[in-house]
Amino acid sequence: MTFTRGFARAMTTDDIFEKVQTVLVDALAVDEDEVTPNATLTGDLGAESIDFLDIVFKLEQEFGFKIQQGELFPDNVSQNPDFVQNGQITDKGLEELRTKMPHADFTGLEQDRSITKVADIFTVDAVCRFCKAKLQSAA
Amino acid sequence: MRWLWIDRVVELVPREKLVAVKGISLAEEHLHDHFAAEGDLAPLPVMPASLIVEGMAQSAGILVGHAGDFQEKVLLAKVSRAEITADPVPGYTLRHTATLTHYDAAGASCKGVVELIDPAAPEADPTPIAEIDLMFAHADNNMSGIELPEGNFVFSESFRTLLRSSGIATDF
Repeated sequence: MTFTRGFARAMTTDDIFEKVQTVLVDALAVDEDEVTPNATLTGDLGAESIDFLDIVFKLEQEFGFKIQQGELFPDNVSQNPDFVQNGQITDKGLEELRTKMPHADFTGLEQDRSITKVADIFTVDAVCRFCKAKLQSAA
Repeated sequence: MRWLWIDRVVELVPREKLVAVKGISLAEEHLHDHFAAEGDLAPLPVMPASLIVEGMAQSAGILVGHAGDFQEKVLLAKVSRAEITADPVPGYTLRHTATLTHYDAAGASCKGVVELIDPAAPEADPTPIAEIDLMFAHADNNMSGIELPEGNFVFSESFRTLLRSSGIATDF
């Protein structure tokens, strides 16, 4: 479905959440009530790496905008030695993530820089905020 | 054994849809194990559901590959949905219709419908027996850091033969 600019402007936060919820229920075969704003895609909803591509495809179809590769879920951060050292995200790595993911909340990662905690920034709320920003920039 | 679960592409609308057929034959060895006689139970040869999914993956994979002039390594990444409501038996024909729903540099997704054609009733409408939705990744764009063979190992000679015998150009 493609929205006109006027419709995109009229979408509320709840509208966006409902659409994101629909996408995640479909892509991850989870129940609607599991998709809460704070749920993490991998830890709580069981997303695997290939599901991220599926989620991007489905968001594009649902909202009618185009998502560039790495725009929603940045890739190659964890493989870069400048960004990860001894299993910890470096200051440079955190800055890189902040730049690439202005839609994510880094409070938890600031407290625990373990590479395993990076997955926790991919929450349902982060996806909603990403979609909201995309719609606003298109309006 | 060639791992091909479609016999012929009968329709191709580039970047839109592909229709392929597969005749189910008692000559296929696996049908004699699926299911063999056991105790008082008589043999029950039926096309395995997993191979129906594979047939749709091949149909949709060709559609996706054709959209990129067969230059991309198209890998099945996810079976998003597979609902199969009947057990096809030998003597029938399966018709796979794959429709492209998304295509970009990263990969593609397709919706698929499988119908059963009864050669004994050629005028009858085919019976829908499965809905299979699939997602494909373009490997070179999604597996950074993993070394893949340079050549296109996906669309190998057996696929080319299938395409040629279906009247589809294979100059890739």
